[in-house]
Amino acid sequence: MAFISTGYDPKKPMEGRISDIGPHKYDQYFPPVIAKNFGKWVYHEVLEPGVLLHVAESGDKVYTVRCGGSRTMSITHIREICDIADKYCDGYVRWTTRNNMEFMVKDEATMKALRDDLNSRKFAGGSQKFPVGGTGACICNMIHTQGWIHCHTPATDASGPVKAVMDALFDGFIHMRMPAPVRVALACCINMCGAVHCSDIGLVGIHRKPPMIDTAWVDQLCEIPLAVAACPTAAVRPTKVEFDGNKVNSVAIKEDRCMYCGNCYTMCPALPIADGESDGIAIMVGGKVSNRITWPKFSKVVVAYIPNEPPRWPTLTKTVRHIIDVYSANAEKYERLGDWAERIGWEEFFKLTGLEFTEHLIDDFRESAYYSWRQSTQFKF
Amino acid sequence: MAKYPTPMLDELESGPWPSFVSDIKQEAANRKANPKNLDYQIPVDCLEDLLGQVELSYKEKETHWKHGGIVGVFGYGGGVIGRYSDQPEMFPGVAAFHTMRVAQPSGKYYDTKFLRTLCDIWDLRGSGLTNMHGSTGDIVLLGTQTPQLEEIFWQLTHEMKNDLGGSGSNLRTPAACLGMSRCEFACYNTQDMCYQLTMDYQDELHRPAFPYKFKFKFDGCPNGCVCAMARSDFAVIGTWKDDIKIDQEKVKAYVAGEIKPNAGAHAGRDWGPFNIEKEVIARCPSQCMKWDGSKLSIKTADCVRCMHCINTMPQALHIGDERGACILVGAKAPVVDGAQMGSVLIPFISCEEPYDDIKEVIEKIWDWWMEEGKNRERVGETMKRLSFQKLLEATETPAMPCQVKNPRTNPFIFFKESEVPGGWTHDLKAYRQRHQR
Repeated sequence: MAFISTGYDPKKPMEGRISDIGPHKYDQYFPPVIAKNFGKWVYHEVLEPGVLLHVAESGDKVYTVRCGGSRTMSITHIREICDIADKYCDGYVRWTTRNNMEFMVKDEATMKALRDDLNSRKFAGGSQKFPVGGTGACICNMIHTQGWIHCHTPATDASGPVKAVMDALFDGFIHMRMPAPVRVALACCINMCGAVHCSDIGLVGIHRKPPMIDTAWVDQLCEIPLAVAACPTAAVRPTKVEFDGNKVNSVAIKEDRCMYCGNCYTMCPALPIADGESDGIAIMVGGKVSNRITWPKFSKVVVAYIPNEPPRWPTLTKTVRHIIDVYSANAEKYERLGDWAERIGWEEFFKLTGLEFTEHLIDDFRESAYYSWRQSTQFKF
Repeated sequence: MAKYPTPMLDELESGPWPSFVSDIKQEAANRKANPKNLDYQIPVDCLEDLLGQVELSYKEKETHWKHGGIVGVFGYGGGVIGRYSDQPEMFPGVAAFHTMRVAQPSGKYYDTKFLRTLCDIWDLRGSGLTNMHGSTGDIVLLGTQTPQLEEIFWQLTHEMKNDLGGSGSNLRTPAACLGMSRCEFACYNTQDMCYQLTMDYQDELHRPAFPYKFKFKFDGCPNGCVCAMARSDFAVIGTWKDDIKIDQEKVKAYVAGEIKPNAGAHAGRDWGPFNIEKEVIARCPSQCMKWDGSKLSIKTADCVRCMHCINTMPQALHIGDERGACILVGAKAPVVDGAQMGSVLIPFISCEEPYDDIKEVIEKIWDWWMEEGKNRERVGETMKRLSFQKLLEATETPAMPCQVKNPRTNPFIFFKESEVPGGWTHDLKAYRQRHQR
């Protein structure tokens, strides 16, 4: 390999440098029908799963075909998306916030040809490249994090469990049979760089052991006060310990106070916390972000721990599928999962789903815990 | 022939959902074939090494990326995330495998020229693997080596005229819903506000000066498609003040079953005929609607603009004309003090260009948070620690009932000295004349 220089000179980093120019302006990538009718849309319809029709004041129509994708995406795949956009959409395409792609066309015949084309494309391994769906009362594409592909703090993988869960929920993506939209998300640790704390189903990677203390390195790699301050339960304290015959600065961890958040590891690389045998996933349910009918709400933990079972996480996928099936069979039209659980009561939720209610599901983190205990004699037996 | 057997990952190639494993293998094969005859600037087999390392993670159920790694481009404190393998001898192609965040156009519309140019840069100088998109909204380029960072930045800025996104304790890449470009619910131009504020705050985005990360998100209406009030420190959510516009003929058409309710979103199951009483009137959270069999009426003063009736009958009901946005502050994920939702600070604010009203609020919040915030404290945590009242004071916002669920349930009130007659000083002598010791 010969290094190919663009013209950048490391000795003169400011020479010819362009910085602080931001993103491109959004409107230069509007398909003409979008540019023409900007701010003039009157109504929309979901014509079929994955196909939207928007009608403008001018009478103009735009058909949108939405398809799911893996957010981890190669340039070969993106180039194929470009080929499709060039063929059907005058070279325009967009992405949604949930890793779906949207192709827009102006007439129904092109929409149908595009839809069928997208549905027909498959990877060599057999999976669909561009499954059309993800609209209305469906189970939409999952948002997620990096996991073992690219993250340094995960308690589980992201792309793998997402693939396995979406395979199990696939009919929910391509049909609109749910009582309301179902949003599933996965974060591979409690940092939640893909937020799952307000999802109908939130899957979050958790550790279950206090961190290791790599005593030889703590003082060399870490600012000990930062590691101490990082602990939300004050389980970490500075200390001096004997190591190889010397007194060294280190930390001590009060193990029964640790809830394994890994925040100390974020601040101090000498406190690794990953443990293959005990890490896994907690399932949270009933969150939402929309203000529709009820207020936005946080997801609640209903399964404290499911072990990591690569490559296909069978217990996880089965449990998620089951929760959604029970919700779908029992909720009223327009009722989000959390609204349904609150209407019937959480005791009824555990009865209907058959999930075991354990002490792990009772909040004990700070003052917000008290507000989740029941201060009433109203409950169901 | 693959460089390493990956029996576990191979199991993720079956099933209908798009397989990231198949896609990575496709790119690995493409690099090996090198159809464009490129002089690849990072190892040609990096993706095979990536698959090998991930397979090892699947066996051991632990990640194999080292903690952190500080790399970047000159003059910026964000946009690049260093990543190193903890098994570099085993997987040399991913020994260094850094991420670059690339600023996306607001609303994520692209043309194929933009995408192809980006792919060409990444083909030559990176792994060919991306995230479309990362959770915050950036285009994420996944996997390159340190000497390529400046070269990629140079090509991005010189050839594409496009910048990097944010990372670290700075303004993160703002994101917006697609807004007025294709949605009849958008109460303001989310894309433009997002774009303008991104441009105006480039320095805050590239050069970390904050206690911790700070996110803007812009939702056009209370449906909240970009999850602003759950995921951003500063959420701007479109709303309106006047009447919901009603087309009574269209309402009748919904009632008569001529138009599919909820825009057809429930079409996959037989929910029975549309029942306006049950599905709209009874579900209204503030009970502000009436249907007398021929006319729908809404008491605007009681409407809380939840969007349900408009979502359910989008051809009959439309958002009002007196439009603006509500500002909610302080949302964050659970780390470390627990999850927080954004709290209403300003119930209604104008969203006219150049957005000076909004910027004034932002800058007052930043001034306060940069002064008072502790290291790694999100603004929502600062609010909890110092009180909502302090945020009101910092932003010169009056207290209003719409900012709370309910008034306080304790009498432990901090009065200002100026609010109390005589301030904090007592006359002990006079007191003792009234009360023996």
